[in-house]
Amino acid sequence: MKIIVSVKQVPDTSGKVAVNPDGTLDRASMQTITNPDDLNAVEAALKLKDETGCKVVVVTMGPPPAAGMLREIMARGADEGVLVSAREFGGSDTYATSQILAAAISRIGVEKDDIVMCGRQAIDGDTAQVGPQIAEKLHLPQVTYAADIQKTGDTITVKRMLEDGYMTIKVKTPCLLTCIKELNTPRYMSVGGIFEAYGKPLATFDYETLKNDPLIDPTTIGLKGSPTNILTSFTPPQKGAGMMLEGADKASCEKLAGILTAKHII
Amino acid sequence: MSFNNTDIAAFKDVWVFCEQRQGKLMPTDFELISEGRKLADELGVDLCGLLLGDKVEGLAKELGGYGADKVYVCDSPMLKNYTTGGYTTAICQVIEELKPEVMLFGATNIGRDLGPRCAARLHTGLCADCTHLDVDMPIYKDFLREASTLAPEKIDGLNTAVVLGEKHDVSRDLKMTRPAFGGHLMASIICPRFRPAMATVRPGVMKKNPFDQAKADACEIVKPAFTVTEDDVQTEVVEVVKAAKKLVDLIGADFIVSVGRGISKDVAGGIKLAEELAAELGGVVGGSRATIDSGWLSADHQVGQTGKTVHPKVYVALGISGAIQHKAGMQDSECIIAVNKNDTAPIFEIADYGICGDLFKVTPMLTEAIRAAKAAK
Repeated sequence: MKIIVSVKQVPDTSGKVAVNPDGTLDRASMQTITNPDDLNAVEAALKLKDETGCKVVVVTMGPPPAAGMLREIMARGADEGVLVSAREFGGSDTYATSQILAAAISRIGVEKDDIVMCGRQAIDGDTAQVGPQIAEKLHLPQVTYAADIQKTGDTITVKRMLEDGYMTIKVKTPCLLTCIKELNTPRYMSVGGIFEAYGKPLATFDYETLKNDPLIDPTTIGLKGSPTNILTSFTPPQKGAGMMLEGADKASCEKLAGILTAKHII
Repeated sequence: MSFNNTDIAAFKDVWVFCEQRQGKLMPTDFELISEGRKLADELGVDLCGLLLGDKVEGLAKELGGYGADKVYVCDSPMLKNYTTGGYTTAICQVIEELKPEVMLFGATNIGRDLGPRCAARLHTGLCADCTHLDVDMPIYKDFLREASTLAPEKIDGLNTAVVLGEKHDVSRDLKMTRPAFGGHLMASIICPRFRPAMATVRPGVMKKNPFDQAKADACEIVKPAFTVTEDDVQTEVVEVVKAAKKLVDLIGADFIVSVGRGISKDVAGGIKLAEELAAELGGVVGGSRATIDSGWLSADHQVGQTGKTVHPKVYVALGISGAIQHKAGMQDSECIIAVNKNDTAPIFEIADYGICGDLFKVTPMLTEAIRAAKAAK
């Protein structure tokens, strides 16, 4: 049994976000982090490793520096890393990205008792599409929004969150699960883990490695293989500043209440 | 093969996946039907609902009241509970047979599970969590003039896109606009080469049409052929549990009082003050991502890019700095009132009325002043 976890390195959008004059994101000036939901997926995999002794393989698609992120996740306890990186893969939308990741995952190999895990969504695009699309391409059943995962034999029982409650879903391995932050609290890297991480195998899958997979086709990967195109991107205008009330006392509160009444807002 | 998804001209009509849970339509369905009506009119085609479930035909006519010309109903015991496999199989079969040019899903936890799976199976593009949809170019350009900082000449010249190295006329494409990078950037996405163009649409954003009984009566119900077997379903739904606690209805609220990190020195006290103000206004309490991540409020209270998008009559932000990810979810509120200790907090840039002060002191005074003002009316 093994668990393959798909992760992504993303710009940290919780801090200061810089936008270039042309409306694109100034990635160079931003910190990168491991996508938060992906760390919950890693933790879920490591918990199953603690219980069963299974292997955990972490895979990412991204530029070469994303290898550093894979080492960090190996320092948390993952056994192997796979970096999927090639010029041909650049400019991929979610459809094309899932083609490539599905090809990489099938090269790693998905066997009868294996699980593929992803975070629910990445904070740069917030699409939540790549997980389900990988599952479709690999013909695996999927359960998204997992808030609890229990494994008994080849059956996984998942608490799958809805906006107004949850579903309990049973699925057989092999399957793909996407994880939300309610699932667990990711562990930190340990000193020993950091030391060991650099001795663990880290492979790079480039275009040559994957090109014979039927999913890898110039018409289905990269910018040219992406069904969607960006027509334009832009920054929203700032709403004009309103009125600051003088002071923070009873009088200013009464003045505000008066304005709201006069404008029939309350 | 009869299904060629690049034969653009063979596809017509706008479809909306109408989600039901335990035999009840979701509020998002009516928003999407209303938005879909607009798009269908711009394209000059029919608007069709797509309703899946077990004995759900009785729900279909109501969708007509919000603008659907037709509702395709897929009724089967195999579709009683939502399953990714069962629903994807039925939807893709019906799409391949009937060839809609646009397919919309609500960006609910189910729509966001189903949409990508269908798009991957059909080999077409899907744009996630859209907040604005257009076909008609003049209307789209008016939207950009208002909602973007793009130069006017750039907007005027926006008629084509370069697709596979060639100029492509975008006038009949669905322009799907969505926030990215936590709301720092907006992007308009097209799906020029494949049909249907698919989008998930953020709940609470699109305006619902008034219900029209005559249109509901006139709505046609069609039962298309499809086959779903156990093998397609792949997962077993053991139970569906509704949250015991009543969840806060942020999207439907006219008044929202939200709290942020500013309540950290007395979390319970800060929430209580917000609840009192909300009660006086007849509204509900919301929170920034920090308050949800810290476990101070449950996730149903979250306003922002990763939470809910709201546009109440009044939004009161107490101790919320105004990170762009929060603003993305509330900046279209009709009136924004901000209370914050820091006079440079970004929330003041979008607030209609700001008070620079300690929320623990200001909020009770504001509640009292509003109570007095209402009493004096």
